[in-house]
Amino acid sequence: MADGDGADELRERLQRVGDCGVLRFITCGSVDDGKSTLIGRLLFDSKLLFEDQIRALEHDSRKYGTGGHEIDFALLVDGLEAEREQGITIDVAYRFFNTEKRKFIVADTPGHEQYTRNMATGASTADLAIILVDARKGLLTQTRRHTYIANMLGIRHAVLAVNKMDLIDHSRSGFHQIVSDYMALAEDLSFASITAIPISARYGDNIFQRSKLLKWYNGPTLMEHLDQVEAAADDVLDKPFRFPVQWVNRPNLDVRGFSGTVTGGRLRSGGTIRVAHSGKEAVVSRIMTADGDLDRVNAGEAVTLVLDREIDITRGDMLVEPNSPSEVSDQFAAEILWMAEEKMHPGRSYLLKSGSQTTPASVTALKHKLNINTFKKEPAKSLDLNEIGICTLSTSKLMAFDRYKVQRETGAFILIDRFTNQTVAAGMIDFSLRRASNTHTHVMDVNKARRAELKGQKPAVLWFTGLSGAGKSTIANLVECKLARNGRHTYSLDGDNVRQGLNRDLGFTDADRVENIRRIGEVAKLFLDSGLIVTCSFISPFRSERQMIREQVERGEFIEIFVDAPIEVCIERDPKGLYAKAQAGKIDNFTGIDSTYEPPDSPDLHIRTSEVSAETAAETVIDELVKRGLIG
Amino acid sequence: MTSNRATVSEYGKRFKSQYRRQRELSPHLRQLEAESIHIMREVAAEFDRPVMLYSIGKDSTVLLHLAMKAFWPSKPPFPFLHIDSLWEFKEMGKFRNELSAALGIEMIVHVNEDGRTQNINPFIHGSALHTRILRTDSLLQALDEGRYDAAFGGGRRDEEKSRAKERIFSFRNTKHAWDPRNQRPELWHTYNTRIQPGESIRVFPLSNWTELDVWQYLLEEEIPIVPLYFADERPVVKREGALIMVDDDRMALEDGEIPEMKRVRFRTLGCYPLTGAIESEAASLEDIVLEMLTTRTSERAGRLIDFDEAGSMEKKKREGYF
Repeated sequence: MADGDGADELRERLQRVGDCGVLRFITCGSVDDGKSTLIGRLLFDSKLLFEDQIRALEHDSRKYGTGGHEIDFALLVDGLEAEREQGITIDVAYRFFNTEKRKFIVADTPGHEQYTRNMATGASTADLAIILVDARKGLLTQTRRHTYIANMLGIRHAVLAVNKMDLIDHSRSGFHQIVSDYMALAEDLSFASITAIPISARYGDNIFQRSKLLKWYNGPTLMEHLDQVEAAADDVLDKPFRFPVQWVNRPNLDVRGFSGTVTGGRLRSGGTIRVAHSGKEAVVSRIMTADGDLDRVNAGEAVTLVLDREIDITRGDMLVEPNSPSEVSDQFAAEILWMAEEKMHPGRSYLLKSGSQTTPASVTALKHKLNINTFKKEPAKSLDLNEIGICTLSTSKLMAFDRYKVQRETGAFILIDRFTNQTVAAGMIDFSLRRASNTHTHVMDVNKARRAELKGQKPAVLWFTGLSGAGKSTIANLVECKLARNGRHTYSLDGDNVRQGLNRDLGFTDADRVENIRRIGEVAKLFLDSGLIVTCSFISPFRSERQMIREQVERGEFIEIFVDAPIEVCIERDPKGLYAKAQAGKIDNFTGIDSTYEPPDSPDLHIRTSEVSAETAAETVIDELVKRGLIG
Repeated sequence: MTSNRATVSEYGKRFKSQYRRQRELSPHLRQLEAESIHIMREVAAEFDRPVMLYSIGKDSTVLLHLAMKAFWPSKPPFPFLHIDSLWEFKEMGKFRNELSAALGIEMIVHVNEDGRTQNINPFIHGSALHTRILRTDSLLQALDEGRYDAAFGGGRRDEEKSRAKERIFSFRNTKHAWDPRNQRPELWHTYNTRIQPGESIRVFPLSNWTELDVWQYLLEEEIPIVPLYFADERPVVKREGALIMVDDDRMALEDGEIPEMKRVRFRTLGCYPLTGAIESEAASLEDIVLEMLTTRTSERAGRLIDFDEAGSMEKKKREGYF
């Protein structure tokens, strides 16, 4: 069938499809703006639907459709059963079509406020956003929100698609009013271009076909514009070279390659790179691919680099342009979008992943949150699902990064809950708060080891956690007495001596509890550094905070003791009369009554005080310290 | 015309010596290729026991090819797993064996022995039971036995509506179930790979590829595929509107059914009793792509198991099907 000529013709035809690479865009709009209809129309008019899909569509249109006997294009794209029944788009759906010039990847994102995170997901990789507006309704709160999110996620090109022009009699003035309102709204935002196009998705006007009813409009049709607009992939080519190392490739003893994808700029073989963290430099001796070595590599390409000398590089390192390196710091300011049902608490430890780097991190301060319907800043103590906050973050390890506005891939991060493993936030780095090179710890001559040696002991933190009335302080007190009798140097931290002084400003909300434990952790760390054995007796209800303190100290120095008694027993004991008050509604946020306690999954010691005496419990703790070699 | 078909042994040599490509890959395929390679390296770096599902089909073969490229000159740092349903076309097993030998990769072949003992037969027991026992259950068995924490699959978002909303890194609970309402947000190219023991992630590096992209890539990269994809004279019978190939004598002919030699090919491959052929003259990759550009039915139309009811794929996926 395809003889010599046919094959050549085919090759030529295939070359034309996708000559300009890939353009990714999102479509956003409110429920009835016709978003799904627009995408359905793009798929239909690009002639990429198969006969069986059209038959299924006709069948579905009769069953679920909103337009009587007409084909309801929206049904092409609403995939999950739940969405079809409810007639709304819950999750991001990806669609594909192409013209002779380009391949398009469309992220169809939901419009409701409760799905802001889904829209941000689609926006994070998009080059362009189509903001749909119903010509009859003009700009809505949602228009503003979608515009803001698109801008925040760094989308460079906006298309204001004024839809349903047929329903305002193709009015030129109606269109221009909406355009001028929109330009005022977007004035302070940083889009590289905003293009307004009057369309009717239902009838295909100005989508692929120039509309005969909108003769007054001289600009491009939607597809003409999408075919020629610049993709972000071209834009990052002119940025400084960035290469997060993903995987070390060691096929044999002679070759040590660093595999990854260039996220910014370009590099030629023989060029010099710098390792962002260590500052060490080397010359690139080979740019390896399975298709042969390359002379040069551009942003977006996946390669393996071989260097001319042995320097220490692992996954998580970033190779950068020596003359314009990335930032390296453990503190920075960022915008974060909170994506979890559970609130964000400043001070809580999360895992931060940026490129190939993963490190424990916490939000040190939440400066304010943004009202995304008005763009106004508002004071806040924590963030709820779909809220955006401006905050500062601190990481356990130094991170190499860029400002998000300059380089998207290396300026972005996600936060992961350490226990549920859910992705809880998306972050965009604004600027570095301190440069690593400016801070170096003053090395003291008398250090932790020396202080401990003087006391003839090994320091440790004994962390007693459990419900109020479980017996934490009683056991801790007995343990301290036994240690003192043996000539050990100790200190005990508990609610009474901390809440009245250091943490006087904190209450009992979840956010304050997180901060309370964070500060106690810092104090315990200082005492540990002074060589003491520190007993800490706190309800400390959340796993995350206990885990955070464990990670702040050296291995084996943190001993988690779960003082466990059933809540009924604790209520029965009620040594301070607190349960009685809580049950009478006189105390809010009381753990076990109206605030949760997360028991440890695998504590170092598990003491059930309804079964053993306090004395026996204290002996068990001492035995554990002996077993661990902390005391002789 | 068959001269442009790559042979498996020539293909194997490509990864052994320094290969230099003659013609540049089309720009959009280069972008898709780089994205898939990035995903594979991320999995290799962050998981303890990844595995790549290999179904012998064209998408799987592209996936395998990308894995060869992603880690080159090293071999892919994970094994490949084929779930043998005992009812696949004979030519598929032959191709799988030749290809893994030529590439020197580890290919694990798993059969659900319970299904073999029970003599599960799609003609007698129906496609639903056959698919559940010899594909879905078998896959879950193999994943549990291998204690794999990440499994690559060749799924594409353009295949089916519920796939269009699936993440590239798709979380599965300890029962291998997918919960479409509780998917992790997936931003940029930053993938959350954290799981608890017993949980796993299905990874779909071809998420953003279309069927045409796959064919065009096979053509431009000169990747060999099972000859069943190319038109040839084959014995077929017409059943319920589909052309079923008589691949072995386990297929009992109904009254009046006489196998006819027809020039046919397959757009997808699977169990021969469940895979319909199309009449075609396309005998080379060029022919197929040309046919693709003018064809009017989607490839899943050839898969009998998708016809049960709307949303059937979403249901199967919730149960653990790929």
